Amino acid sequence: MCSFAPEFQETDLSHSQMASQSINYRNSARQIVLFFALLAFSMPVFAYEPEEGLKREPANKSENATAMAGAEDEAAINYLEPQSEPETFDAGKMILHHIADEHSWHIVGHLSVPLPVILYTDKGFEVFMSSRFNDEHHNTIAYEGKLYTYALVEGHIHAIDPVQGTIIEGVSILDISITKNVLTMLIVFGLMLWMFTSIAKAYTRRPGQAPKGLQSFMEPIIMFVRDDVAKASIGEKKYERYMPYLLTAFFFIWISNMLGLIPFLPGGANLTGNIAVTATLAVFTFIITTLSGNAHYWRHMLAMPGVPVGILVLLTPIEILGMFLRPFVLMIRLFANISAGHIIALAFFSLIFVFGKNGDSLGAGLGIAVVSVAFTIFMMVMELLVAFLQAYVFTLLSAIYIGSAVEEGHHEEHHADHAHAH
Amino acid sequence: MLNTILFDIGTGAGIAALGAGVAALGAGVGIGRIGGSALESIARQPEASGDIRANMILTAALVEGAAFFAMVVGLLLVLKAN
Repeated sequence: MCSFAPEFQETDLSHSQMASQSINYRNSARQIVLFFALLAFSMPVFAYEPEEGLKREPANKSENATAMAGAEDEAAINYLEPQSEPETFDAGKMILHHIADEHSWHIVGHLSVPLPVILYTDKGFEVFMSSRFNDEHHNTIAYEGKLYTYALVEGHIHAIDPVQGTIIEGVSILDISITKNVLTMLIVFGLMLWMFTSIAKAYTRRPGQAPKGLQSFMEPIIMFVRDDVAKASIGEKKYERYMPYLLTAFFFIWISNMLGLIPFLPGGANLTGNIAVTATLAVFTFIITTLSGNAHYWRHMLAMPGVPVGILVLLTPIEILGMFLRPFVLMIRLFANISAGHIIALAFFSLIFVFGKNGDSLGAGLGIAVVSVAFTIFMMVMELLVAFLQAYVFTLLSAIYIGSAVEEGHHEEHHADHAHAH
Repeated sequence: MLNTILFDIGTGAGIAALGAGVAALGAGVGIGRIGGSALESIARQPEASGDIRANMILTAALVEGAAFFAMVVGLLLVLKAN
């Protein structure tokens, strides 16, 4: 985008000036606080439940359940009996299952990494491993816990009746398990803490020298966020306050997107395609924008100067609606982009099984496999770009919203900032 | 094969898919116009290409946001229809 080369000297100098010991201690304390704050924010991620979860019927109902079926046939399924996986391939179901969160980390075939399940029920906490939901034949079974008997229904944990095996209504279970997405988020936290502490250390250890290794890879990207995102949209004077948030959001989204593209163990989770994660990020932008809004911002939001009262009646509600709509669109954009990328890759792979008819016509399956692998590789290269672009767009729009909140009344000055930054 | 797919997903989901398609059409026209205009302006003024590119990506993202609204609504309808 812009050339970064002339700016190297400038950062090196400013970092070496900051390298006093007291600042170091304060920074590490701040990092620890930030880590726990992020950890606390990661908990509500699994409060997101698609509403249709319970309404759909599992593929195999036992015979007597069908006999008992009437108005409430999903309540009549006995979850105490082992629930085997359906034999026929359903592309839609497979795709939705893969973009959703999971209680265990599936690797290949019947091999998966069990993850801890942490439940806060109305009787207290319950902790067990997710492998308890599987028997030796890889069927899904109910687990008899200390407080309730639990069953995994469409990815959600419900308390069931220990005798009849039906779901007990009205039992409140708060699922705060370390699921696949939470574990991915912890991996991203760890990766970011390691990356940025080592880069920051490199600046204090070798002040004034050319960047080296990881540092030289990351410096242009950090400079890009600073110059093309923060300075350009917030302005030369005030951008520094918002740099920590913008950089954190940018690298969190980017690294999560990239991890989502890796199809095996350290990646594969659809973290930024989970609407709760993107909602949390958008809420951060909303809070920062609203809290840093100055008088100029609120005046233009609530009562624009020079606008007649009759039009204000119409315009003010629209502006207030727009204030909430902007983070909402931020949330939807990131969620939909990343989910769409996962859905496209999975759809190409589903084609193999749809044409192969579950192994009945092997030739057609193999033939289409060549095409779908080629298309998937093409889409994956596109997704590498999208992963960066979405992180950039999220950060840029956040910066523009923050910039509109801290902008002073003088418009000439703002334009001068723009011209200078590029 | 197309017929079986169409019969499989039912009327409600079919209309939802149509809605998503129309939204994609609109977004495609919009992003195409943005890209075309950006290329023209870069050709006319190559020294401003960085600025133009940043604004192009931003505007494309805004157009895309509208398309994704439609896509998410369509997806929710499909999930509800099933």
